[in-house]
Amino acid sequence: MKSVLRCSAIRTLSQAQACLLVLAFLACAVALGQSTMKTSPNKKSFEFPKKIPAPANNPVTPARVELGKMLFFDPRISGSNWISCATCHNPAMGWSDGLPTAIGNGMNTLKRSTPTILNTVFNELQMWDGRFHSLEEQAAGPMQAPGEMNGNMDDILAKLESKPGYVKAFARAYPGEGITKDTVAKALASFERTVVSQGAPFDAWVHGKASAISPSAHRGFDLFTGKANCVACHSGPNFTDEGFHNIGLSGDDPGRFAKLPIKISKGAFKTPTLRDIALTAPYMHNGAYRTLEQVIDHYDRGGDNQDNLDPNIKPLDLTAREKQDLVEFLKTLSGKQVAITLPQLPQ
Amino acid sequence: MAVKQKHVIELMALAILFVPAVFAGDQVVEQKDKAFVVNGAKVVALKVKVGDVVQFKNSDPFFHNVFSLSDAKLFDLGSYPQGQARSVTFDKAGRIEVECAIHPQMKLTVEVK
Repeated sequence: MKSVLRCSAIRTLSQAQACLLVLAFLACAVALGQSTMKTSPNKKSFEFPKKIPAPANNPVTPARVELGKMLFFDPRISGSNWISCATCHNPAMGWSDGLPTAIGNGMNTLKRSTPTILNTVFNELQMWDGRFHSLEEQAAGPMQAPGEMNGNMDDILAKLESKPGYVKAFARAYPGEGITKDTVAKALASFERTVVSQGAPFDAWVHGKASAISPSAHRGFDLFTGKANCVACHSGPNFTDEGFHNIGLSGDDPGRFAKLPIKISKGAFKTPTLRDIALTAPYMHNGAYRTLEQVIDHYDRGGDNQDNLDPNIKPLDLTAREKQDLVEFLKTLSGKQVAITLPQLPQ
Repeated sequence: MAVKQKHVIELMALAILFVPAVFAGDQVVEQKDKAFVVNGAKVVALKVKVGDVVQFKNSDPFFHNVFSLSDAKLFDLGSYPQGQARSVTFDKAGRIEVECAIHPQMKLTVEVK
């Protein structure tokens, strides 16, 4: 019906008038396109939540966190008895490993970088391709993945059952539930829920302490939410839209497309948090860049691989000072580093 | 044709071209703050009749996508920026899970009767 009405109305106009209408329409379209670059630099939208979420069937308790921490640092939950979660998610390295891409079972190099586990509690989906829906699902994944920890769940559970210290810890954390794949995953997830960023200079600035960040970082924030439009994807308190984007990196990794066969997902990866970003180099899903400066250069040139490039990404024409300001801003997202005490593992 | 009449028709044409028209049976679902929104309220479910057209309008300052892999209606509207809308005709009864491939937190169940 709509198209019929449009056609009959246009037919009554002269060609010149129709051309004017088309021009006016194009002008509106351009204006709309430009409006997509405008974002609200509302710093309140970055205010960090006070409450840490947890599912109803796995509320966080000290006993669960303590057990989860033991499991997190215990290499015996791998097939080789040699790789723990902390091997790749090293708290001394921003809960990552400092490598371009991870090294897994048998010293094999994997094709994606190790994401930090910082603030994963807030993630809508877990992993670079979003294949897990919760921390519990995610926690059970790598320990059984042949390329990663290569564990067999029955063997892992038998090893844990053989240690009285673990039997007691599971009984305290999950009374009556036993040592199962579920309770292992739930305990690990409980520990991960405690790994959250806190006390970054940026947070103090958001709460009104103007001197908490430098003038350069302040300019960087304005660029982040304005000209550079980083906020199109890195939005909210955790600096992620929880979304998936193809940002124009080289390589043939299908990313999200392997899980969701929709065209825009091809080569798209989860937007990572920028919290503690200065501590988690190298960057990108393939570890392509060693420095934040290189990352900003990537976005400044509008990405490299244009195949299925996210339409939010365009050349930015940033000056050298603007790039520096953005880096200064990103550094203000580093929180206070909490000393991690290693657990005594049951023998 | 009188000049005045011409102007009226021009204005009508402009209105049709620039105002997202909602016809009988059409529903507009906005994509706003990374949620599906109808008449200003976030929705997770929508009931329509067979043959109804639903317009998905992006009101966020970044690109959105709309797709469904449900058997009753398989579609991918691609990605489009703020201010643009794309339509889907729900021509078969069933429950259709509509999502945004960019933002997985956006989910809408369309019940077509």
